[in-house]
Amino acid sequence: MTTVIENNQKNDRLEVGTPLLEVKDLHVEFHTRDGIAKAVNGVNYSVAAGETLAVLGESGSGKSVTAQTIMGILDMPPGKVTQGQILFRGQDMLTMGNEERRKIRGQKIAMIFQDALSALNPVLSVGYQLGEMFRVHQGASKKEAKEKAIELMDRVRIPAARQRVNDYPHQFSGGMRQRIMIAMALSLQPDLIIADEPTTALDVTVQAQVMDLLAELQAEYNMGLILITHDLGVVADVADKIAVMYAGRIVETAPVHELYANPAHPYTKGLLRSIPRLDQKGQELYAIKGLPPNLLKVPAGCAFNPRCDVATDLCRTEIPALHHVTDKDGKELTGRRSACHLWKETLHG
Amino acid sequence: MGSYVLRRVLQMIPVFFGTTLLIFVMVYSLPGDPVTALFGDKAADPAVVASIKHTYYLDQPIWKQYLHYMGNLFQGDFGTSFTGRPVSDIMADAFPVTIRLALMAFVFEMVLGLALGVLSGLKRGSIADTLVLILTLVVISIPVFVLAYIAQTVFATNLGWVTPTVQDSYDLTQLVLPATVLGSLSLAYVARLTRTSIGENLRADYIRTAVAKGLPRRTIISRHLLRNSLIPVVTFLGTDLGALMGGAIVTEGIFNVQGIGNVLYRAINQKEGPTVVGIVTVLVIVYLVASLLVDLLYAVLDPRIRYA
Ligand SMILES: Nc1ncnc2c1ncn2[C@@H]1O[C@H](COP(=O)(O)OP(=O)(O)O)[C@@H](O)[C@H]1O
Ligand SMILES: [Mg+2]
Repeated sequence: MTTVIENNQKNDRLEVGTPLLEVKDLHVEFHTRDGIAKAVNGVNYSVAAGETLAVLGESGSGKSVTAQTIMGILDMPPGKVTQGQILFRGQDMLTMGNEERRKIRGQKIAMIFQDALSALNPVLSVGYQLGEMFRVHQGASKKEAKEKAIELMDRVRIPAARQRVNDYPHQFSGGMRQRIMIAMALSLQPDLIIADEPTTALDVTVQAQVMDLLAELQAEYNMGLILITHDLGVVADVADKIAVMYAGRIVETAPVHELYANPAHPYTKGLLRSIPRLDQKGQELYAIKGLPPNLLKVPAGCAFNPRCDVATDLCRTEIPALHHVTDKDGKELTGRRSACHLWKETLHG
Repeated sequence: MGSYVLRRVLQMIPVFFGTTLLIFVMVYSLPGDPVTALFGDKAADPAVVASIKHTYYLDQPIWKQYLHYMGNLFQGDFGTSFTGRPVSDIMADAFPVTIRLALMAFVFEMVLGLALGVLSGLKRGSIADTLVLILTLVVISIPVFVLAYIAQTVFATNLGWVTPTVQDSYDLTQLVLPATVLGSLSLAYVARLTRTSIGENLRADYIRTAVAKGLPRRTIISRHLLRNSLIPVVTFLGTDLGALMGGAIVTEGIFNVQGIGNVLYRAINQKEGPTVVGIVTVLVIVYLVASLLVDLLYAVLDPRIRYA
């Protein structure tokens, strides 16, 4: 079967590993009635073609805001980008014109949202909403668009796609709706997909199916994927590397297995300990003490210090930089960084 | 769907009987004797009065009058007014006038109300938005008759564009001013409702999705935003069509439009039971049918709504 994707195979496909997106020192704040909330405070991350970056962190840590800024769908006002660059294939999207930016959205970078029910238009059929991508971006006719919508629905394994193409979002189950979101993001075969908690709203049994589908398609079309989640369990199998966010900063980055095996930040350690495990059945589940900080008044020093078991005076006064980390012999570990004054003790201790 | 419509139509039957009975009782309980009043200051001959009362069935107890009236109604006879004209003739003269007036008011409130609402909803906080908010607030807070007198003063007395009152109720151009006054209050509601609805939908997740899909702004507005935003407005407009016909009474009085409002006003003053009950009954049916149509339209606009 020839799929939509193959039909509009692009010739500017990137080699695996070519840098796709680089977020550099991004700062975003929200001007609210109560003051200025600094939601993103100097985030750096990058994704290459074919690579999956998982962005991890508790709710409110700025994961979605970063993604919205990349996508150009931040609410402005109250949101405001105060500093930084977002390079897509080397071009800064923050300084682009509106029309140039719009042509990237959907065609080069696509997004999958958490709640597919509210993210899909309730009064338009799913076929229309899928076909719209081809009509608007490729000038397809109504009939062609519908055929392509059916192919896409087939591709994400929605049963009886042809019969269901005129159905409305509310007539599908949660898992099927999220498949439609995935199909929509995939439709123009973008270079990069940003999935913001794509499985959080789904039943546990459906979560794995949707995640597998996403990973499979990503590998097949060699796309970059930014997978945002607050659930460490979700990312282990699909991600290549992980960036852990806390209070609008990246506090640790690492290749996925190294991070699981050997975290270099107390916050990551806490997150790992709070994953339920079968061999700990019956024991009380660990939870990091305290609450994420109020962004209107982030604690001085390391934002995590009030919740940290090993915090020192230094942690309460000085914001730690995102250090390169080394192994016991002092050799730099590639891709590994930690924003903790005590990373050595945490990693090797 | 079919069974839903049938159920709704069946529900109209008790409403129909209830309304007619209620109006009948109310007219009956108005103070004064309508027949004696017909003679004005002249002393009435008791024999004549008695014979008139007999012709109009007024010498019977109210429940008998009601049954008699309903019996005739089901044979298509709305009864006769005290002037001797059949009520159906009177309504055939007056209803077209009121329908025209209400339709003109309706078009006016719909077109201008939607335009203003969309404009201010899309450009929140702009000067245009503020202006729309203030103007609609003024219209909402001023009673209709004051608005009517202002319109008469400005357009008839000062500018001389029209005569203060309508000379020929069948002349559409003369109905423009009364229709504008009649539609102005609803126009203000339509504009505000549209504005609020657009504002809410602009923040909706699916609009964010539409932006993320890389759709051009005009596609986002016309395909995604308007369709959703207009659902509550269409509902309001539908029910308002019925309300406009009833609401025309005041406007018709002030502008001397010879529609059902005027006829009804006179009939109430003269305690003309058959005329009052006939007109109100037709108005109630119009209202019921309009609201049924609105509910059906609602299901067309919003696929999440299904009637079974
Ligand atoms: N539209 C907005 N207006 C004001 N504050 C916002 C808005 N969107 C996000 N924020 C703030 O930014 C912070 C980060 O939010 P978000 O990126 O959504 O967190 P998460 O990591 O859970 O995705 C939150 O504390 C939130 O209060
Ligand atoms: Mg989020």
